[in-house]
Amino acid sequence: MNDSQRIVITGIGLTAPNGNNLSDFRGALLEKKSGVRHAEIRYMGIQAAGLCDFDEFKYQSKKLRRRGTRAGSISIYCANEAVIDSGINWESVDRSRVGVYLGITEHGNVETENEIYEMHQNNLDWKLWSPHHNPRTVANSPAGEVTLNMGITGPHYTLGSACAGGNVGIIQGLQQLILGEVDFALAGGVSESPQTFGIFAAFAAQGALAQNEDATKASKPLDINRNGIVIAEGGCIYTLERLSDAKARGAKIYAEIVGYAINSDASDFVNPNSSRQVECMHKAIKRAGIEIHDIDILNMHATGTGAGDISESRAVREAFASSDKTYVNFTKGHIGHAMGAAGALELAGNLPSFVDHMVHPGMNCEELDPECEIKNLVYKEPKKLESVNYILNNSFGMLGINSALIVKKYIG
Amino acid sequence: MTAAEVRQIVIDIIADIAPDEDVSNLDDAKTLREQLDLDSMDFLDIVMELRKRHKVEVPQEDYPQLASLNSCVAYLLPKLS
Repeated sequence: MNDSQRIVITGIGLTAPNGNNLSDFRGALLEKKSGVRHAEIRYMGIQAAGLCDFDEFKYQSKKLRRRGTRAGSISIYCANEAVIDSGINWESVDRSRVGVYLGITEHGNVETENEIYEMHQNNLDWKLWSPHHNPRTVANSPAGEVTLNMGITGPHYTLGSACAGGNVGIIQGLQQLILGEVDFALAGGVSESPQTFGIFAAFAAQGALAQNEDATKASKPLDINRNGIVIAEGGCIYTLERLSDAKARGAKIYAEIVGYAINSDASDFVNPNSSRQVECMHKAIKRAGIEIHDIDILNMHATGTGAGDISESRAVREAFASSDKTYVNFTKGHIGHAMGAAGALELAGNLPSFVDHMVHPGMNCEELDPECEIKNLVYKEPKKLESVNYILNNSFGMLGINSALIVKKYIG
Repeated sequence: MTAAEVRQIVIDIIADIAPDEDVSNLDDAKTLREQLDLDSMDFLDIVMELRKRHKVEVPQEDYPQLASLNSCVAYLLPKLS
């Protein structure tokens, strides 16, 4: 394939509940360091949540932080970090040829809840409704804040794709580069979901909100005693470039994106469909032009819900039945479910495996649910492999959206 | 309420709305926009905060009265007293 049709990752900016850059995040994953803590959630009291502690004012003024949203702040931090990490001479970049593509699970819940709360606290005085509410809650808001902050005049929008958002944002960036719409893409996913009580309350109503006296043990994917999701915030944005452009400027290359797929269950609002998940993984592998056994590491979506983990485990067993060399891990035990950021963040957590050949373990799976048994599941200790050449990253969401992304080790 | 207290109310609001700005040496006679990085949305925030914190309503036609600290005090003093 022509180098101008091959898309590579050249920079990473992230904030996770357990790390504000790739090195710290990776270290925390290998050491099983949790980023989940107890936090006061409006109306509901103490709940486990994954919260980030990045410096909001590293790239943004206090005034514009106040005017924008938490998702925008996360996006601005990640986008700036990614551009710096890419090593590109940003001042010389034609900003009209830069695109911003961010996956989100939802946007606007936080601000709408806040406005209603304030109005309720003030005798339902609707004239206190903020003039900032509309720009804060339009669906493109987090990506738009990035363009305002960085002077980017190319396209920007978000990809509303539930918890598949992180993968979907990356796929959109890749496609726009291949189409020639932009020359440089800032793509990934973000989440501000712990700032809204409604998401906690809704998962609680579903019987799917994790509870544990020890917050760091609340998120227990695949464990027989798991009891739901820990809602987390975070972000991960990649700089994506055509291989030809990356080589021309001598960029470091983390990986090449070689396969992807997005499909729909068309079966239920919330319950997953393992047959469609199998199809999604197989479509991504086919697009990559590789065999099933070529995948060295598979990161599961694994949220810690009863139905979700069983469905995906069944799908992984079926999809990878023919492979003995695919190792499987998961990330939400460490950080909770970072919603729209999850896919992008979890991919980043595994990318260093191309260099150190380590598979980070899943966390908090103390007693594996027999229905979640999977060949080569890494959940106790890190696993050292002889080599790592392909990683597959699953990310699924409500309304039956599935995504799988495959990255390949780049050898120049 | 004294003129000094009204002045402080306005400065406290501006300090919250524009936290990057130094509001310690403002010239009361000059317009706020001459001295601070404030845009039209910031003035809407000032109006909003006056309503929320002090139950003062500023109708749209009176927004020009908030141009400087002097004009703010002159306009708000009767409303807050």
